Amino acid sequence: MKPARSTIRRLGWRFLPFYLAVLALGFIWPVAAEYGDVVLNHRSDRAGVRPVIFPHWFHRIRFRCKVCHHELGFEMRAGANDVKMSDLAQGKFCGMCHNNEVAWGLENCDLCHSGKPGLAGGIYGGHRTLGPGRW
Amino acid sequence: MLARDDLHDPNNLALSLLQEPAEALAVLAPAQEGNFVDWAAALRSGEISPRTNVYPETKIRVLDLDVLMTDTAAMPVVRFPHRPHTEWLDCSNCHDKIFVAKGGANPITMFKILQGDFCGQCHGAVSFPLTQCRRCHSVPRDQALRVEPQ
Repeated sequence: MKPARSTIRRLGWRFLPFYLAVLALGFIWPVAAEYGDVVLNHRSDRAGVRPVIFPHWFHRIRFRCKVCHHELGFEMRAGANDVKMSDLAQGKFCGMCHNNEVAWGLENCDLCHSGKPGLAGGIYGGHRTLGPGRW
Repeated sequence: MLARDDLHDPNNLALSLLQEPAEALAVLAPAQEGNFVDWAAALRSGEISPRTNVYPETKIRVLDLDVLMTDTAAMPVVRFPHRPHTEWLDCSNCHDKIFVAKGGANPITMFKILQGDFCGQCHGAVSFPLTQCRRCHSVPRDQALRVEPQ
């Protein structure tokens, strides 16, 4: 069996600038949003704060779906939840945990309101199928 | 990387305080798509132990019941296992808002699923994507037909 040859040895060093360009592109090119990231922007833009990014991956390591989608009353459909800061302050929705006891409190605005201004609300990070409801 | 994901604002000074997905996910049971994590396997093996409830009085309901869906044209038959689903979710998340709790009562098609109805409300958004055909279409037809109807 012939030993496998690396791309560089096969094509030669004369393409070095090309290799470097590809490498550089890798550092600049945006990586995709993580699968299941949700952007909440019913009110944020209008209120002059960044939209909220909710990372499903981070939360499901620590809580089962049923905690938020059953106990806390979050609807399954992205966009179906009217989440207000005044409700969170009463301990509803995110406020059940984001109270400086289980997780950071509501005064840490930038940790949740961390999205680029103007982002449309919805599910991001779809993999190949782009997620449902995008047709 | 959060700063380059086209979602997070790189000008947000608090961004460095957030955990990077790769740091948390790389150590979990691998999958081919989605978060590249087999979440059901990670839960089963104890790699993660997410809390089941925040209110002490909440009843934790887990059901061990498989449903075979045989009307799948040329594809292998779908086996829907309640167990891994109810380990994550409560009955009320699907019944009866998304699925009627009665065998054969739900007009499920892949067309509807791909539009985000039925299974597609989660699969393709947060749970494993719809490109992983064989994870649901998992039972060869001749094997499925050997199962005695109850």
